[in-house]
Amino acid sequence: MLLISCPWCGPREESEFSYGGEAHIVRPKDPDALSDLEWADYLFMRNNPSGRYLERWLHAAGCRRWFNAERDTVSYKIKSVYKISDPAPRGDE
Amino acid sequence: MKKYSLYGLIRNSFNHQENWPRVWRSLQPKVEYDVIIVGAGGHGLATAYYLAKEHGVTNVAVLEKGYVGGGSVGRNTTIVRSNYLWDETSYLYEMSMKLWEGLSQELNFNLMFSQRGVLNLFHNEQEKRDTARRVNSNRLNGIDAELLNTEQVKKLVPILNTSPDARYPVLGASLQRRGGTARHDAVAWGFARAADARGVDIIQNCEVTGIRIEGGQVTGVDTTRGIIKARKVAVAVAADTSTLASMAGLRLPIDTHPLQALVSEPIKPVMHTVVMSNAVHAYVSQTDKGELIIGAGIDHYNGFGMRGSYSIIEGTMEAVVDVFPIFSRLRLLRHWAGSVDICPDASPIISKTHVKGLYFNCGWGTGGFKATPGSGWVYAYTIARDQPHPLNEPFSIERFTTGYLIDEHGAAAVAH
Amino acid sequence: MKSPLDSSRSQPYRLATGGRIDRAKPLTFTFNGKRLQGYQGDTVASALLANGVRLVGRSFKYHRPRGIVGSGPEEPNAILQVGRGALTTPNLQATEVELAEGLQAGSVNCWPSVEHDIGAINGLFSRFLPPGFYYKTFMWPSRMWKTYERFIRKAAGLGVSPKEPDPDRYDRMNTHCDVLVVGGGPAGLAAALEAGRAGARVILADERRELGGSLLDGRDEIDGAPALEWVNAASRELASMKEVRLLLRSTVFGYYDHNFLTVLQRLSTDSTSISRPLIKERVWRVRAKQVVLATGAIERPLVFPNNDRPGVMLASAVSAYVNRYAVAPGSRPLVFTNNDSAYRTVLDLAEAGIPVQAVVDVRPEPNGPLPSRVKDMGIPVIGGHVIVDVKGTKRVKGVEIMSVDASGERVEGRRRSIRCDLVAVSGGWNPTVHLHCQSGGGTRYDGEKGCFVPDAPAQEERSAGSSKGSFALGDCLGEGLEVGAEAARAAGFGDGRVSTPVPTVEDRAEEPLKAMWVAPSRRPPVREHKQFVDMQEDVTAGDIVLAAREGYDSMQLLNRYTTLGFGTDQGKLGNVNGMGVLANHLGADIESVGTITFRPPYTSVTFGAIAGREIGGLLDPVRKTAIHRWHIEHRAVMEDVGQWKRPWYYPQPGESMEDAVNRECMAARNAVALLDQSTLGKIDVQGPDAAEFLNRVYTNNWLKLGIGRARYGLMLSEDGMVMDDGVVIRHGEQHFYLTTTTGGAASVFSWLERWLQTEWPELEVYLTSVTERWSTIALVGPHSRKLLQDLDSDINFEKSSFPFMSIHSGSLAGFPVQVMRVSFSGELAFEINIESDLALAMWQALMKAGEEYDITPYGTEAMHVLRAEKGFIIVGQDTDGSMTPVDMGMGWLLSKDKDYLGKRSLSRSDCVRKDRKQLVGLLSTDGTTILPEGTQLVDDPSAGIPVPISGHVTSSYASACLGHPIALALVKAGRARKGSIIYAALRDGRHVKAEIVSPVFYDPQGERQRV
Repeated sequence: MLLISCPWCGPREESEFSYGGEAHIVRPKDPDALSDLEWADYLFMRNNPSGRYLERWLHAAGCRRWFNAERDTVSYKIKSVYKISDPAPRGDE
Repeated sequence: MKKYSLYGLIRNSFNHQENWPRVWRSLQPKVEYDVIIVGAGGHGLATAYYLAKEHGVTNVAVLEKGYVGGGSVGRNTTIVRSNYLWDETSYLYEMSMKLWEGLSQELNFNLMFSQRGVLNLFHNEQEKRDTARRVNSNRLNGIDAELLNTEQVKKLVPILNTSPDARYPVLGASLQRRGGTARHDAVAWGFARAADARGVDIIQNCEVTGIRIEGGQVTGVDTTRGIIKARKVAVAVAADTSTLASMAGLRLPIDTHPLQALVSEPIKPVMHTVVMSNAVHAYVSQTDKGELIIGAGIDHYNGFGMRGSYSIIEGTMEAVVDVFPIFSRLRLLRHWAGSVDICPDASPIISKTHVKGLYFNCGWGTGGFKATPGSGWVYAYTIARDQPHPLNEPFSIERFTTGYLIDEHGAAAVAH
Repeated sequence: MKSPLDSSRSQPYRLATGGRIDRAKPLTFTFNGKRLQGYQGDTVASALLANGVRLVGRSFKYHRPRGIVGSGPEEPNAILQVGRGALTTPNLQATEVELAEGLQAGSVNCWPSVEHDIGAINGLFSRFLPPGFYYKTFMWPSRMWKTYERFIRKAAGLGVSPKEPDPDRYDRMNTHCDVLVVGGGPAGLAAALEAGRAGARVILADERRELGGSLLDGRDEIDGAPALEWVNAASRELASMKEVRLLLRSTVFGYYDHNFLTVLQRLSTDSTSISRPLIKERVWRVRAKQVVLATGAIERPLVFPNNDRPGVMLASAVSAYVNRYAVAPGSRPLVFTNNDSAYRTVLDLAEAGIPVQAVVDVRPEPNGPLPSRVKDMGIPVIGGHVIVDVKGTKRVKGVEIMSVDASGERVEGRRRSIRCDLVAVSGGWNPTVHLHCQSGGGTRYDGEKGCFVPDAPAQEERSAGSSKGSFALGDCLGEGLEVGAEAARAAGFGDGRVSTPVPTVEDRAEEPLKAMWVAPSRRPPVREHKQFVDMQEDVTAGDIVLAAREGYDSMQLLNRYTTLGFGTDQGKLGNVNGMGVLANHLGADIESVGTITFRPPYTSVTFGAIAGREIGGLLDPVRKTAIHRWHIEHRAVMEDVGQWKRPWYYPQPGESMEDAVNRECMAARNAVALLDQSTLGKIDVQGPDAAEFLNRVYTNNWLKLGIGRARYGLMLSEDGMVMDDGVVIRHGEQHFYLTTTTGGAASVFSWLERWLQTEWPELEVYLTSVTERWSTIALVGPHSRKLLQDLDSDINFEKSSFPFMSIHSGSLAGFPVQVMRVSFSGELAFEINIESDLALAMWQALMKAGEEYDITPYGTEAMHVLRAEKGFIIVGQDTDGSMTPVDMGMGWLLSKDKDYLGKRSLSRSDCVRKDRKQLVGLLSTDGTTILPEGTQLVDDPSAGIPVPISGHVTSSYASACLGHPIALALVKAGRARKGSIIYAALRDGRHVKAEIVSPVFYDPQGERQRV
């Protein structure tokens, strides 16, 4: 049972949040300019690492804001949370 | 391979059962193989077996980072069925079902494949339509399927709560009588033993750390036990698929999530049929030991930690007690998690890649166990001939580019 | 010597004095139908032992007679069915059930009785039943497995499930604390005291009914007084601290991520005399800043031939029964050990006046202070010996011992017999590292202590005392104080320094144990009498060797193959010995053969307790519209639509569903009818960029929609498939109001928020879900305008000023409303939006005013028929997540001059395939057959299996107004096939011929809705 710190509300139970998958996947500005393969990469392909992961969460039963988290997918430890508009934190390993 | 039989047990009783051979050999890896299969789970071992049996390819190594059957094949809820929605998926799972039906004898290992019937309950009008659609499609595809009303369900599983006052009353169910359960560990061991007997090398404690590619052609793998060469490398590692893919510079449409399950203490038999409810989210069967084995939902976050959140366990218990009110005083003995690799359309990938000699079999989500023999069979074909069998052709990686998705969220039972 | 036993004949093995039982409160209970007596404070186990009951159960596989082994959650044998009827509970450990008046308990898994069990025949065949024998046989002939399995299943299970629903209730409680201390023994009490003194919010949880832990079972002294005086003082001090919560009878059973732990608290003991319903158990869901694990240790049994005979017990359990319960588990005990701690049991027995026959110690010369003291008392200590056999079947009658040779691995010399009726065994101690391991921590093997101890913690957690491998009482107290202070400091309280001196204890030094996983014996394990490692699962040392030889030679494979550790005791006694036996066989270090996986829960947990109150009507929230009560009063049959309850149809007396739906449909077509449509999702969209935002999420164009006008909109998922639809209204330049499907309300709202926040933060748009705020009543039918005009209103309902797809605000019958002229039925229709608290009154006003037009309420079924007659789709019924708008005949809704979500996907090769399934109408050619929904469509009714499938029926109804059935279907390349024939393949093998037609069956020009 994760304890997730919403950047606006502070630490809250996992059950208040919904999950948004991998962060920093930017929707292409001009989809028509992409090949099918490039579009598929945006649409479906994911890094899915075992270890450090940047992911999106929504504080669904709270402030209803989306934010990003840096979490380890093996230890489940959350190293940081940051706003959608913030740049991705640099991995220090 | 020394044959297993009742006669063998009796004969061996005179020497205290001490003369049974090893189930598979303990080996050092060779320098080079024709085919390396990464992952000694159900799918990898089945692939090795069918490579040897169907295609005469026996210079094969199965590399396993841990121990045989330590992943999902030993962590699932053991349900076998083939009542999927789309033709493509139905053919694949039904082919698997047909293999299951003779597999204990073929492998000479009792997998305790028990066709006790699988009920998929429905609780509202839309689920009823969807179930009818699936049953009808199954029947036209030669897969046994029946549509039951509430009374028929009650007759089959009297302990089920079929009260119209339930929060989501049972309106009926689909029944696949040929569906059932199998002893999960035995599947891994049985395939391992049979593959080993045909000359396949099974190497435990050998983790693949890199995939060697030269000029677009696979040449081997780096492992914790050194470099092993092969012109064909076939990955069957479920949760760790993306990690292996990244070693070859690939990205796949896979996310790995925890999937939890639990068992009760053993009780005298109270239910014969496997009962699954998608809407209320309870999946229950009773093992031959008497334990109720219960499938829980998927944790929504990505996770490889072989554990999930307690709230999922709570939700599952709520559903189980609601659907089976007499179970309230029974006790949970243990719960655990596996990691499942999920595709966006809840269907698997069994595919070549743009790297020559590199193959992936992944994305089975919650459906991998029941597919084990069929998956191995078509994967072996794909590897041996370097082209997919018609059964797995629709399950290529390209479908994510063309848009030819095979959406099995409804029939996958566990909500993805 | 005077007998130490109570003279009362009812409990022949009750000691005359001592124990933490209340002799003034005798309790009567039954065991296997026999009436027995015990005392308040007993467990069922202690009461059975007091009554001289030794045989309590049968083992799982061989049905061997078994007795009580332990005194706590480690008990493998004494598994009981407790209670009757709806209150019966299977598989309870006798050691864990508190005795209560009238309690009924019985043995499980034996027939006809525990004394004479037919299943014991399995023992005779045991040489044919090696571990995993079932994998090797029952395969021929293949169809026989079902028959074999029927017999196997007869042998399955321990106790029986209740046959009725549970009359008891269960609670959940959420709480936070600074320091959660698990275990109320010396270490835990010390930790809780220090953390509490520092001011931290502390929870101290212990599985027993009183604090003290191992001190309750022994005879230790602290500060020169009986240890329980210290326990009492500590309890008082803790009780006086406002921020400390004591949870007794409370087992911490799970340690999850981010310091989330779960505690099962037993609130009432099972007794038939308590009135129901009562709250039986409560699960505490605890989020702790810091955790102290003072979970103690469980004694390890010794593995030797026939070590499962009733009367072979853990030495610590013997002490517990003597000291805590004043019960003599035997009158002629013998002790078998490899360590000094068992000598405390000898002293306990001696103190209680029970003559110990001998101490058999595997160590050649046990000479530490404890053995010396025992020797001084004249009790024979036989060093360098092991038990090589146990005599007696249903109770121990004696043992045979032999001396161990110089190698320590073989026995030699002559066998010696010693008579005894109790064998107290000790093989050392296993720290209870379960929670530490559940939390992600590892263990390492401590060779000196001969046990696995916790390695570095993975979470905010500290172990102390025996659970860390520090078994001496002084160490437990000292470590407890230290970690209590440290945990408090880490949680922000105090400076981490211990505030009080460590209480003084007289710890008699213990000599090192001699680790021994299986006692040397005359034959190798495979050929020896059964040496049980896991008693409940009937796994012997020989089984482990056989399994390892066959290649199941790592701990994980071994567990799975032999089922070692898979019993209801979760291998608390057997796992480490099993690991040692495997290591012995492989000639390897115990650490190298794998790991023991500690899975939650620590001890079994009641299903109902985990489910709590969220069952039955509380399984999922029930959502009701503001008009719900009226529907019920008017006998509506309700339908579950997601969490909502919606009226399905309103049968009048004597009407069938078909009659009612036909009547409701005809009223809408020919007169006036009304529908409670409040469940539709409603989202208020405002802001300068609102129109641009809608342009991006809907396929069609919104920039030019006039104020006060409405338009149908379609949303796609990013992979181009139809996701949701609804009508969008423009209230103002920067103000829209959109509706979603009932099922899509929450997901569409989240979808919109997601894009807005994560992808287009530059758009200034504000979204508000107003689903519950507004109720919607659809007034449908040719008389709907007249009816509205009859009501007092400032809205002009004439077509000229209120055209189709427009909206007006105003007052209607005195209520403030917004009225939209949209139609999901194809008739002249008005949708009245009203604040939910006024909705019922509005509805009633409409019903009253409509009397003269014979106004008819209609439900979702009639709504479905009406819309199907018009070919309007329902997302989720006529689509399934794999349909593009072009497939659905809605290509006209796709804007070409802008981007929108999902657009790019529509040009992928598969999405432009010519043979994709498309929405069509179907008419059965006989004009009477209703094609069942979900029916598959085929072109060749004579085709063999697998039959090529061309499509399927998504919606199908009898149409009263058309006089024949209609259906909507998805058919491959269907639009080009209009006029051709297709066959509906019914489940009974019949085929119904149907013609492919336009999906619009009624008023194709759309004139009626525009009048």
